[in-house]
Amino acid sequence: MFEIKDKTKIAPDIYRLEIEAPLIAKKFKAGQFIVLRPLETSERVPLTIMKTDPQAGTITLIVKAIGLSTRQLCALEKGQTVADLLGPLGKSSEIENYGTVVIVGGGVGTAVAFAVAQSLKEAGNRIITISGARDQSFVILEDDLREISDELIMATDDGSYGVKGFVTEQLKGLYARGEKIDRVIAAGPLPMMRFISDITREHNTPTVVSLNPIMVDGIGMCGGCRALVGGKIVFVCVDGPEFDAHQVDFDSLMRRNNAYRGIEQEKEHACKLEAEIETVQHDQ
Amino acid sequence: MTNNPLPLKDRMQIQRHTMPAQAPQKRVSNFNEVNQGFSSELAREEAQRCLQCKDAPCSQGCPVHVHIPDFIDQILAGNMLGAADAILQDNLLPAVCGRVCPQEKFCESRCVLGKKGNPVAIGSLERFTADSTAADRAARPQGEKPAPTGKKVALIGSGPSSLACAGDLIRFGHEVTVYEALHAFGGVLIYGIPEFRLPKSIVAYEVDVLRRLGVKFEKNVVIGKTLTINELFDEQGYDAVFIGAGAGLPNFLGIPGEELIGIYSSNELLTRVNLMKAYQDQSVTPIFNFKDKVVAVFGAGNTALDSARTSLRLGAKEVHIIYRRSEEEMPARHEEVEHAKEEGVKFTFLAAPLEFLDNGEGWLKGVRLQRMELGEPDASGRRRPLPIEGSEFTLDLDLTVIAIGNGSNPLLRDTPELQFTRRGTLEVNPESLQTDKAGVFAGGDIVTGGATVISAMGAGRQAAQSINDYLSQL
Ligand SMILES: Cc1cc2nc3c(=O)[nH]c(=O)nc-3n(C[C@H](O)[C@H](O)[C@H](O)COP(=O)(O)OP(=O)(O)OC[C@H]3O[C@@H](n4cnc5c(N)ncnc54)[C@H](O)[C@@H]3O)c2cc1C
Ligand SMILES: Cc1cc2nc3c(=O)[nH]c(=O)nc-3n(C[C@H](O)[C@H](O)[C@H](O)COP(=O)(O)OP(=O)(O)OC[C@H]3O[C@@H](n4cnc5c(N)ncnc54)[C@H](O)[C@@H]3O)c2cc1C
Ligand code: SF4
Ligand code: SF4
Ligand code: FES
Ligand SMILES: [Mg+2]
Repeated sequence: MFEIKDKTKIAPDIYRLEIEAPLIAKKFKAGQFIVLRPLETSERVPLTIMKTDPQAGTITLIVKAIGLSTRQLCALEKGQTVADLLGPLGKSSEIENYGTVVIVGGGVGTAVAFAVAQSLKEAGNRIITISGARDQSFVILEDDLREISDELIMATDDGSYGVKGFVTEQLKGLYARGEKIDRVIAAGPLPMMRFISDITREHNTPTVVSLNPIMVDGIGMCGGCRALVGGKIVFVCVDGPEFDAHQVDFDSLMRRNNAYRGIEQEKEHACKLEAEIETVQHDQ
Repeated sequence: MTNNPLPLKDRMQIQRHTMPAQAPQKRVSNFNEVNQGFSSELAREEAQRCLQCKDAPCSQGCPVHVHIPDFIDQILAGNMLGAADAILQDNLLPAVCGRVCPQEKFCESRCVLGKKGNPVAIGSLERFTADSTAADRAARPQGEKPAPTGKKVALIGSGPSSLACAGDLIRFGHEVTVYEALHAFGGVLIYGIPEFRLPKSIVAYEVDVLRRLGVKFEKNVVIGKTLTINELFDEQGYDAVFIGAGAGLPNFLGIPGEELIGIYSSNELLTRVNLMKAYQDQSVTPIFNFKDKVVAVFGAGNTALDSARTSLRLGAKEVHIIYRRSEEEMPARHEEVEHAKEEGVKFTFLAAPLEFLDNGEGWLKGVRLQRMELGEPDASGRRRPLPIEGSEFTLDLDLTVIAIGNGSNPLLRDTPELQFTRRGTLEVNPESLQTDKAGVFAGGDIVTGGATVISAMGAGRQAAQSINDYLSQL
């Protein structure tokens, strides 16, 4: 089980993985995620399910290799298996016909954005998608997004592809052109979601964000994924991951997500050193 | 029946033996087991203290009524496998229970020798019996397999309630599969209780015993998510289901500053350390740096004690347990409190936190506390702590662990037909342990709220009996 059926590099350090997980493929609903361990010795890594193929029994993940565990995952090749994988976890998105929904995806958050947009489209909504990337090389999932969007705005920070500027400016542009927006869904880095939330609050647009706190078990036992929403503690892995953006305390969440930064870098450094020593010994 | 060479009078002259333990100053810097177990000589001497009381009051104090005088007598007969079998009749996990049962509240509290404060060390003898027969028990040929009934039972969770339930169901001849959401089996035994109290190899041994008996173990399956209970019946062909989903989300204090960095729930700390092995250098799961830090733990149960002693082993310079009641009300196992004291954990009783203090960068720097006094008994029968006006004080801290209990596991709450109480625990018929859903039984912490390993196992066995009755009527 959990064999990697396909692996494609879609941007620098970003991979699209198709993994065999038939039960999860059958159950998945937009907005949900899985937790996996690449190796028997790895930490537990939460990742969004972009889409599934119930017939083939596979799930598709979009992974950015940013640290030790995601690098371990992305180093696995087609035909290899991940040690552990469970899901689908979390609550699914609320899907209704709201009217016009703007979906904002930044970085690998685009994977959640895609899944939710697809379901909302099927429910009859008009979908305007804003997808942001640093530059042309980081543009991902454009074809997938085009298929399910009534309007797709591709934005890059440097203008090397699509329109120039941050996703926030594109959203402001939609309001400026008089677009009547019934709902906004944002998934991406926390600062991005916070800025989007600030804009939609001014326009009183109901807004949902998909939160990505640090998780351990992912099944509602450890309490590590807690966040403050409306002044109350929520547990993102079981109560979320989607919440009313205007109630989220982004400041504390951003701090918590950086809590291990130094320790993680040290661990990664130590592992690299070990690997290097091994290669040197191997070469001798 | 008695294999005791000593006359009663002489037996009463022997003092209770304490198990050898790693020296406190040594053990605080390793995760190896604290208690080292009886030698054969010590075990024999301790066993000789037992008066073989006819009515065995000690057995009445044990939630599963282990035949204590019988197993002790087998020790004296030199028949260790016989001793083990005498325990195993009632208790599938003696190596675990010998280590973690709160014996002072259960079996040993009723021992007649306890009247003079000197009960037989039943837990230590149980542990000795289990440990000294582990290899022989694994090697002995398995008896004849029971005739297969053709019935299939699914168990949700792999904590002690499910393990005990599985052990009986397989002996009744049913096909048994245990589904566990995590990547390791044992529930709290594996992710909660630390290595220094319960080595994980012991839990793995017991799971292997069940595997050899034919129980199937499936990890990474979250019932309610990966498969629903209805699918277990309709698609997977099970005839009955046992829910042993255990405890869930930790409680928090609900005071200002609780979102600061540096504050763990005990479940998170213990999961990082036990399940993810964050105390080992090669583990990739990060943990805050405890080295030379000052740590406060709020709460006074086993979880709090485990968190405090884990903090010491991670290198903390000073660890405080802060409890709003007094020492008498502490729910933790007596031995853990003694061990924690020996290890240098500092106890502050009758104090409650008001607010965690920010260092200006979102990290914890201290806590403001208030002194308490005990008033009239509350619903739980314990005297209610009341704040003393004007008694606020501050403690400088680097890290905090909140260990004030858990809710119940939330994963099955959306299952139609299951009835949950306001506390989130599952409603069952107290006799049969059947839920409102036909063919679905439940036991352990998901029904009682946080309790004990042996009571969870007792419930697992009770459910196995009911499931067997239910299946025989299908
Ligand atoms: C619900 C959810 C969905 C996610 N979906 C995706 C996705 O589709 N694609 C993707 O590339 N990433 C996703 N992430 C983020 C991903 O889990 C982290 O990037 C990954 O765990 C980093 O681990 P690392 O060891 O490689 O990096 P590290 O160097 O350990 O950490 C880098 C940063 O990642 C975050 N992080 C670290 N450990 C965890 C953890 N256990 N849980 C959550 N975040 C952590 C922290 O902010 C940390 O600073 C998701 C996170 C959550 C909670
Ligand atoms: C830190 C700590 C220390 C303790 N110390 C002691 C002690 O010294 N002595 C003592 O007697 N008791 C102690 N206890 C209490 C004791 O461990 C519990 O009462 C006992 O483990 C309960 O057993 P259980 O079978 O009900 O569930 P648990 O042990 O909680 O196991 C439940 C299992 O079910 C799994 N699960 C949950 N939901 C699902 C699902 N939907 N699908 C699949 N799997 C699922 C969980 O992942 C878990 O592995 C301690 C508890 C803790 C937390
Ligand atoms: S199972 Fe626990 S309570 Fe029962 S006899 Fe053994 S140690 Fe005592
Ligand atoms: S009560 Fe004490 S002395 Fe009597 S049989 Fe039990 S363990 Fe032995
Ligand atoms: S990650 Fe442990 S409770 Fe959510
Ligand atoms: Mg990491």
